[in-house]
Amino acid sequence: MNMCGIAGIIHPPQAKADPGRLRSMIDRIRHRGPDECAVYAKDRVGLAHARLSIIDLASGQQPMHNDTGTVSIVFNGEIFNYVELREKLIGKGHRFRTQSDTEVILRLYEDRGEACVHDLNGQWAFAIWDAEKQSLFLSRDRLGIAPLFYTQVDGAFIFASEIKAIFADSRVARRIDLAGLNELFTFWVNLPPRTFFRNINELPPGHSLTLRDGAVRLKRYWRLRYPDADQLSNEMSEDEYAERLLDLLVDSTRIRLRADVPVGAYLSGGLDSSVIAAIVRKFTETPLKTFSVTFRDAEFDESIHQREVAGALATEHREVPCSYEDIGRVFPRVVWHAEKPILRTAAGPLFILSQLVRESGYKVVLTGEGSDEIFGGYDIFKEAKIRRFWSARPESKMRPLLLKRLYPYLPMLQAQSPEYLKAFFHVADADLSSRLFSHLPRWELTSDLKMFFSNDVRRELEGTDPYADLERQLPEDYDGWDGFSRGQYLEAQYLLPGYLLSSQADRVAMAHSVEGRYPFLDHRVVEFANSIPPRLKMKVLNEKYILKRAARALVPEAIRKRSKQPYRAPEAKSFFNGGAQEYVQAALSPERIRSHGIFQPAAVDRLVEKVRRGQAIGIKDNMALVGVLSTQLALDQFIDHFGEVQ
Amino acid sequence: MKEILRQFICDNFLFGLQRDSFSDDDSLLEKRIIDSTGVLELIAFLEETFGVKVQDDELLPENLDSINRLVRYIEKKSKAAA
Repeated sequence: MNMCGIAGIIHPPQAKADPGRLRSMIDRIRHRGPDECAVYAKDRVGLAHARLSIIDLASGQQPMHNDTGTVSIVFNGEIFNYVELREKLIGKGHRFRTQSDTEVILRLYEDRGEACVHDLNGQWAFAIWDAEKQSLFLSRDRLGIAPLFYTQVDGAFIFASEIKAIFADSRVARRIDLAGLNELFTFWVNLPPRTFFRNINELPPGHSLTLRDGAVRLKRYWRLRYPDADQLSNEMSEDEYAERLLDLLVDSTRIRLRADVPVGAYLSGGLDSSVIAAIVRKFTETPLKTFSVTFRDAEFDESIHQREVAGALATEHREVPCSYEDIGRVFPRVVWHAEKPILRTAAGPLFILSQLVRESGYKVVLTGEGSDEIFGGYDIFKEAKIRRFWSARPESKMRPLLLKRLYPYLPMLQAQSPEYLKAFFHVADADLSSRLFSHLPRWELTSDLKMFFSNDVRRELEGTDPYADLERQLPEDYDGWDGFSRGQYLEAQYLLPGYLLSSQADRVAMAHSVEGRYPFLDHRVVEFANSIPPRLKMKVLNEKYILKRAARALVPEAIRKRSKQPYRAPEAKSFFNGGAQEYVQAALSPERIRSHGIFQPAAVDRLVEKVRRGQAIGIKDNMALVGVLSTQLALDQFIDHFGEVQ
Repeated sequence: MKEILRQFICDNFLFGLQRDSFSDDDSLLEKRIIDSTGVLELIAFLEETFGVKVQDDELLPENLDSINRLVRYIEKKSKAAA
């Protein structure tokens, strides 16, 4: 198994692959695979691989070829059911040379062709060159855990795990896509295949791509599905749902412990990571080392709860403290790995945490990521439920007060009068009929940041409509789902891969050569969770109800009954606490703002002044500062001075 | 007073942009100029600049949600204090 970096170029016929070019591409992403590096160049095909060895350390080298040398693969990721698949293939007469999961994909492709992806349980991005068909086959896992990008230039098709490897090919123009910027300042993510960079595409989650005769064909092989609103039934009792879920989670965690190196786990102090750690301790013989990030600022710190779980499960626990200055210090590197503007600093502490994991001699960690999306844990789902509930009786004085209960950790909201609460969360008739109802408050708030865009950028974006672009991507049965499921879909289809699993997970973990594994994102767990009736996912306003029931015997009661605390990190304060870091001053200076041309210098200057005075206390101001700063840094690092990172 | 209020709202919430994008009667909430935090910033400004003390039961859009409403509210408070 190899959580790695891959890259490759398929040239037009008659052209020759250049090993030097491939080497420079893979060198850009050596952090993903520092253990080994290999380049394969034959005729018009070039494949490159940087390896972080996790399973079959001795013989899993890549690129790997079949017996006749006609099929070659580079693979980043993990196929967790490779043991079972291997046995099946051996039963069908396939002969294996290695113990690796890479070879399982190769043989499975020989056996089933492009349909091989349906059998895989795991997280992957791979490329298979089939010399007989003269075709390239790319595939990415169902939920979008492993990254994969591609472009075409001068008749060559270029792909890689990260965009910076594609930019290492000097033929590829490094320009930003303003429509991509507009999406990021609406949804926090891009709508794939669009990215922040012009002509650089992301292979969407659950998709495969075939390149033949210079033509690219995308195929969706899997997607999130929910039951129709009028066909919701309770096929099982609450206990039956909980039992079945626990069985699936135990198996999904068990196969995610397959590795020839020790596997650790993150502990956030919340329910999800606690459930995973508890399953490891109670259902397997595996000793467990756990890792947590703690904050000096009590507003964000959860160390009491982390220690409680670690103590109850008797794990060997390690912590890394994180200060405002630490977040500010690592932020340029976080942006370099994220490869796009980000509106929050929350990836910073996770960057610092993966460093602790690596320094502790670990390469693999289990995390609780994905649970909130599939079981409906996020406040955004609760907020939408309350807004719907309230709009059914708009004159009610009591219903809007539920909103206060929703955000106990936001002091600004607690200070509001009922009248203002009603005004803030007012549900307009047009919103109620919107297909994007659940997410409108977040996206409208984020879109407010566009007031900082320069006049040139605004002019360029005139007539564009990110909401309409998103609606065009919605699946045909979307409108038949109930409101809760629609909100879940938007979260799991977009924010999960585009931000949480990338900027806040794969990228910042891989920055230190650490691989994340996500038991909640086993597709069997996801498909089962999607079949649970929404009213049981969130029972009245009790989120993740079935998961909590499943975790009854696993997790200390105090953790199970804790009110949900979303993972947050200090924002603007990270950059101005005790004087601005030098790079922040430089990146936000009117000259640099003007030279990149994306934002209005005078407005940014006023924002910076407000932050400096300590008066930027709201979400919007904080998001604006982080968004402007990360955009400026991304433009410096990827456009003007490629690869120069502070 | 109107000018002081407009100046504060423009500087603090619009960062000097779109100075003329709202009238004295426009709802600051509906125009998306002020959010839940913004209301608190506004109150701090009123208390500091005009010496009024905003009571909890006065935290109402009808007092605070446009320039004209703010003017009326501050005048009423100042009279009551005099």
